[in-house]
Amino acid sequence: MNALEFIVAGMLAAATPFLLAALGEMVAERAGVLNLGVEGLMALGAVIAFIIVYHGGGHLLGFLAAGLASAALSLVFAVIALGFRANQVAVGLAIGILGQGLSALFGKTYESLTVKGLPKLSLPWLSDIPVIGGLFAQDVVVWLSLAATVAIWAIFAYTKTGLVVRAVGENPKAAHALGYPVIAVRFAAVAFGGVLAGFAGAYAAVVYTPLWADGMIAGRGWIAIALVVFGTWLTSRIFLGACLFGAVSLASLAAQATGLDVSSQLLSSLPYLVTIVVLGIISSNRRLLKLNGVASLGEPFEQ
Amino acid sequence: MSVLSRPFLPVLVRREHASLAIKLVAPPAALGLATLLNLALYLLMGRDPLAVFHAMLLEPFLSWASFSEVLLKMGPLLLIAQGLAIGFRAKVFNIGAEGQFILGAIFASAIPIWLPQATGQWIWPAMLVLGALGGALWASLTAFWRVRLNANEILVSLMLALVAAQLLNHLLLGPWKDPAGFNFPQSVMFQYDAMVPILIPGTRVNVSLLIAFAFSLAAWVFMQRSFAGYKLQVGGLAPHAAGYAGFNEGRAIWLSLLIGGFAAGLAGAAEVAGPLGQLQRSISTGYGYAAIIVAYLGGLHPIGIIFSALLMAALYIGGDNAMVSANLPVAAVRVFQGSLLLAYLVAIAFVRYRLERRHAAHGSAP
Repeated sequence: MNALEFIVAGMLAAATPFLLAALGEMVAERAGVLNLGVEGLMALGAVIAFIIVYHGGGHLLGFLAAGLASAALSLVFAVIALGFRANQVAVGLAIGILGQGLSALFGKTYESLTVKGLPKLSLPWLSDIPVIGGLFAQDVVVWLSLAATVAIWAIFAYTKTGLVVRAVGENPKAAHALGYPVIAVRFAAVAFGGVLAGFAGAYAAVVYTPLWADGMIAGRGWIAIALVVFGTWLTSRIFLGACLFGAVSLASLAAQATGLDVSSQLLSSLPYLVTIVVLGIISSNRRLLKLNGVASLGEPFEQ
Repeated sequence: MSVLSRPFLPVLVRREHASLAIKLVAPPAALGLATLLNLALYLLMGRDPLAVFHAMLLEPFLSWASFSEVLLKMGPLLLIAQGLAIGFRAKVFNIGAEGQFILGAIFASAIPIWLPQATGQWIWPAMLVLGALGGALWASLTAFWRVRLNANEILVSLMLALVAAQLLNHLLLGPWKDPAGFNFPQSVMFQYDAMVPILIPGTRVNVSLLIAFAFSLAAWVFMQRSFAGYKLQVGGLAPHAAGYAGFNEGRAIWLSLLIGGFAAGLAGAAEVAGPLGQLQRSISTGYGYAAIIVAYLGGLHPIGIIFSALLMAALYIGGDNAMVSANLPVAAVRVFQGSLLLAYLVAIAFVRYRLERRHAAHGSAP
């Protein structure tokens, strides 16, 4: 298998943690809430899923419990940031630190242990195509994530629910005047983001690299937040961005495997450097951000 | 109507005047709440909560030996938090102080690593200056990205912190690895003149603690007494008013990030030139992130931050104690830190709001 085939085949799996977490964050931000705790939510989901799968609970239960645990932590965020109207940046950072701390605390005795991942499900015919065939052999979570991406896109494009979420984010006062429960919608959006962040962490810990190591999320939650900006709050562009980051993280692995004469530490900082560069390019287009940005992002709502 | 505005749930009502009393009570109340929650967690984990409480929150203050270690840890936390608080007041969220701290340590280490034979009393001051410049330089990347490219400083500064950690690993595993160090990821031990002089004989507390207090005084003068500091605060509280008054937003961002980076870099330099005596991986233990909590817990005020830095330093030492005496994983400190900030943010909400029970008839009026 050459480097190109390796990247094509693994890109979607590598992209899945980014994709799930970024979609969840997108929904929260569309409702006007900036939740910077994604890294901690993912870390908590990851450790919960790992513990359950390690003790034989199975992947389904692992994912469900991870989604529930991260949703619970994201509701703590919601109560303090939305209920008590605290500074969303500060609450998000605190949730991030707390989530990573809990993850390290619960995962202490599981360090370096492994679990079994999930088998690949191949699409007939398509997966036999040379070079790009690997793209069509993915595990069930990747297929479900792709379906979820389409569903979220459709909800925002075609349904009233999507419209209400956007109205609450764009102009909460007007949405309130129309009788929509602004705070309840924001709670729901944050909890949804929490569930997806939990799934993202679970995928990273029990499918993508099924080995427990403290700090295994390694900035992926933060990159997911950046992806929402890259994708200018649009599902389709966030999907493309997640694929780009999947490919970048695999490319740095492939480069290390081919024995390229660059230090592996510098190569592992490649995703962070790409984030910085792309963030600069996209953000310098102020018109684009203004056009697609969420007007009330990060601001508390007072009746 | 939403569930949250039904009559049986009390609602937050904005106060006419912010309550100073609650502002002073909030930090101790938050500490009490966080302590209770965490002791409950230790109980669930099957540890003796009273033993942990004693080891974590009392023991650091009970002997001179451990209190001097608290003072040692307080130095970097105090420095970084004072720098960050200035930016936070201007609503410039530099959360990558960990990276600026690491770059400060790297820049400072360049002198003893490249000039291992050098002697003279100029070495440690030069290291501190170089470290502060390194931290400011690293922060200037974030400032450039924010001011010129309009990029979010939270994300850029954090990404740069992750890059800095990899840069440190690269240096310690490659070009700066001690050839006689049995392959450990660490540099050579620094010469005597590269060490900051000890302040209190018989302890490891060095002159950098004095520097941190001097920086705190400077931060107080800057924020409470200078026009530049006033402009920063107006920019944070009322950006439109600041723009109308002709205060330059770009300059405020540059100033905030450079001050934050300078202080964090200085702290990093003081670590390698102080308790560590060499560049090693354990330089990065999350001071940069803990300092964010210190800054908030101190009410973003230079005097409050002195107390919160002391508390956070005690938590670190207490966490180490609890690890030994109560078999508590060291990650418990991070859990405590996170919950402490959350408890504080809840408590501080009551400075501007009070709880009121409303009846449905009044409650639904916009």
